[in-house]
Amino acid sequence: MTIFEAAAATHGNFVLQVVWVILVAVLWIGFFVLEGFDFGVAMLVPFLGKGDKGHDDQARRVVINTIGPHWDANEVWLLTAGGAMFAAFPGWYATLFSGLYLPLFLVLLGLIVRGVAFEYRSKREAATWRRSWDWAMAIASFIPPLVLGVGFANFIQGVPIVKVPTDFGTEIPVVAATIVAEGNPIMALLLLFTPFTIVGGLLFVSLFLAHGAFFIALKTKGAVHERSQQYGNILSIVAAVIALAFVVWANLGFFGKLDAKWAGLENYNVQIIPAILVWIVGAVAVVALALAWFMNSKKRDGWAFISTTLAIAMLTVMMFLHFVPGLGFANEINLTNVSSSEHTLTLMTIAAGCLVPVVLAYTAWAYFFVFRRRLNTTNIPALTVNTQD
Amino acid sequence: MSPDTIARWQFGITTVYHFLFVPLTIALSVLTAVLQSLWNKTGNDAYLRLTKFFGRLFLINFAMGVVTGIVQEFQFGMNWSEYSRFVGDIFGAPLALEALIAFFLESTFIGMWIFGWDRLSKKVHLVVIWLAAAGTFISSIFIIAANAWMQNPTGAVYNAANGRAELDSLLAVILNPVFLTQWPHTIAASFVTAGAFIAGVAAYLLIKKNKEGAKDADLEAYRKGVKLGAWVLIVAGVCTIVTGDLLGKQMVTHQPAKMAAAENIQDPQEAGQTGFQIIPGVEVFPGLVNWLYGSEKVPSIPEIRDNFTAKGYQIWDGTAFVDPDNALQTAFASELAAIKADIDPIPSVGANFWSFRLMIGIGCLAMLGGILLLAVTRGKKIPKPSALWTAVCVALPLLPLLANTFGWIFTEMGRQPYIVNGVMPTLQGLSPINVVPVASVWFSLIVYTLVYGILAVIEVGLLLKYIKMGLPDETAVSVKDEAEPLSFAY
Repeated sequence: MTIFEAAAATHGNFVLQVVWVILVAVLWIGFFVLEGFDFGVAMLVPFLGKGDKGHDDQARRVVINTIGPHWDANEVWLLTAGGAMFAAFPGWYATLFSGLYLPLFLVLLGLIVRGVAFEYRSKREAATWRRSWDWAMAIASFIPPLVLGVGFANFIQGVPIVKVPTDFGTEIPVVAATIVAEGNPIMALLLLFTPFTIVGGLLFVSLFLAHGAFFIALKTKGAVHERSQQYGNILSIVAAVIALAFVVWANLGFFGKLDAKWAGLENYNVQIIPAILVWIVGAVAVVALALAWFMNSKKRDGWAFISTTLAIAMLTVMMFLHFVPGLGFANEINLTNVSSSEHTLTLMTIAAGCLVPVVLAYTAWAYFFVFRRRLNTTNIPALTVNTQD
Repeated sequence: MSPDTIARWQFGITTVYHFLFVPLTIALSVLTAVLQSLWNKTGNDAYLRLTKFFGRLFLINFAMGVVTGIVQEFQFGMNWSEYSRFVGDIFGAPLALEALIAFFLESTFIGMWIFGWDRLSKKVHLVVIWLAAAGTFISSIFIIAANAWMQNPTGAVYNAANGRAELDSLLAVILNPVFLTQWPHTIAASFVTAGAFIAGVAAYLLIKKNKEGAKDADLEAYRKGVKLGAWVLIVAGVCTIVTGDLLGKQMVTHQPAKMAAAENIQDPQEAGQTGFQIIPGVEVFPGLVNWLYGSEKVPSIPEIRDNFTAKGYQIWDGTAFVDPDNALQTAFASELAAIKADIDPIPSVGANFWSFRLMIGIGCLAMLGGILLLAVTRGKKIPKPSALWTAVCVALPLLPLLANTFGWIFTEMGRQPYIVNGVMPTLQGLSPINVVPVASVWFSLIVYTLVYGILAVIEVGLLLKYIKMGLPDETAVSVKDEAEPLSFAY
């Protein structure tokens, strides 16, 4: 049976299924690239927000204001990625989101706290109020990348699936770790941690920190600008080393090593093109990080930021090349047997084809025209709030 | 508590909490845009000051709507995975499109509006707030379409090979009569909420600042706020009543059990004789319910139970039970008949009867509050400060929030025992308990409740602080030098 016949026998149009996997990957790339730097920026707030005399609120405000107009829209990339997985691959969404309950809950909690922190920090003047929100936003921006890094590394390993019967006479594919853990959610969470997936978590954190530092460097002037370049110098080296380890480990250790149980797709992993591609994009990512370090040392903020952007995009492409046939699962599930119907995918393709360019256009307008200016401490207005608290 | 009960509590708490912020976001974005348009048109600084004042309150509220909204989309997969697997072919698309079309629009342009006061021309800045408002509107269309589909699953077929519902006709989903009435009802209620908020806040400040001897210009601006808010509240209130009645008529047809429970119809009724019960058993105006719902008869609870036992799920054509008018419910009639011993087709009578009445009663009370404020501030009048007026001004913004909450409790509790009405029992939609153990749901429920509780205290504190500060001293924005401070920053 060919891939196309297998797809037709289960759910429909293989071409549309591939289009939607690519679109989901694009949405994740958009999320990691855009929210990546604002995770990094928020993690750096307590460290960069220092003046000659220690704590400097004006400097912290400069750092936060670099992402002020953008963080909310950046987060929408995650919502759209989740929505696209739900709409195009309901079985993927259902098995994944229920199977990774606690990790996803931690991500949500982080997103809730950091969003409120950006918005409410400036609404009162008291130093304790502001410092509390600074740490809240830093910690809440650290947890989601860590969890997502561990998660995506698990997808590269292939998350094992077992089929369980329901009380209603059906059999459904569920994440095996939840069954192994016998109802203990902490155990199910711990089963996601292996040496490789921990490297994945560290990769995301270091990558976003470097990306964030270069974004701050690009968007600021003065002391904050210089300090972010210094941080970026170290962070990009760390990210490059971890990325190198991750790429080599993933490609040697996991590519094509899964039991190819899925009907019609047995040949995918031995196909020569993805086998070569994972090395090419992985190498480009590591080189891009080295280039980012180099450009930063030459004070070329724009090029340093473009380099980390490229690195994040390429690493995400590499991860998707790894797990696309099984959508991150080791068995049972693949992109042909959990997708929506051809009818739904066709309508969604038309909608996405019309609307994604529009979204990209006004997002670009926001970044490149409206908010292109660099910020300095002199740009931060005096507090408009009363001193009553 | 059983696993589905805890998961339902979680959904109920997170959704009701989320919807405290949503209606204000939808309608206050539009009203802020209206205020800014008035400023652009007239050049009257009172409108600019009102724009900035209510814009700031809008943003404090908007942040909470955003962060609590993320939970909503993920919750379907996390707690209701089998529902998601079953309906994803239809239900996923509106969520994806909502994010793609609406959330990008509102988040990008609200960000641009907040930080764009001195970076965009006056005209472009006005367009930006209107685009953000459009985003909130589009978002409401998608999410209400998705909810209306759960109430009345039109445009879908059952694919037995895949064991799930699949999209048959997008047009039928959009032309779902429940959606076409539920959406205007929700939007009208949102304007009631925002109108009451503006009227209550402006009246409170008008009375307080008058006593403190504020400038005439300030008092005039507050008076404009009271008028705008109260009129929006009253007009939107009338629209809410009209659309609510139209929605009620659809529910008698498509969810007869919901209305039978809401009206507590315990005994078979004579045609044209169903009266309205103020409290259970105390009936007034025989025939009022028939007239309101445009139905000769409204089926009683025992009739619905008997009919369910005999024929499975059916809808009501005004005089008798008939087969459902959509393929999905028809396909599941026999499935449901097979488990009829385990399922009661009637939702909780107590919850529906009271949430229905509280929704209507509290909503009407808010309209009365609006009329009262208009009356006492007419002409040049300003009431003397007193505990009574403070109470009215504080209660007014809260009443629609309560009415909205009861409205959703009614809508969702009235759909029970189904998650997809007449198709999938709620219990079957739950994530398998060996995958998402009860402990996980308890844990997330407790943490959400705690975090949401803390955030509520912080949010209310900030709102009160900024309300008490009153109108900012703004005049027209000037174009600024690069090194000068921004007109707004975090």
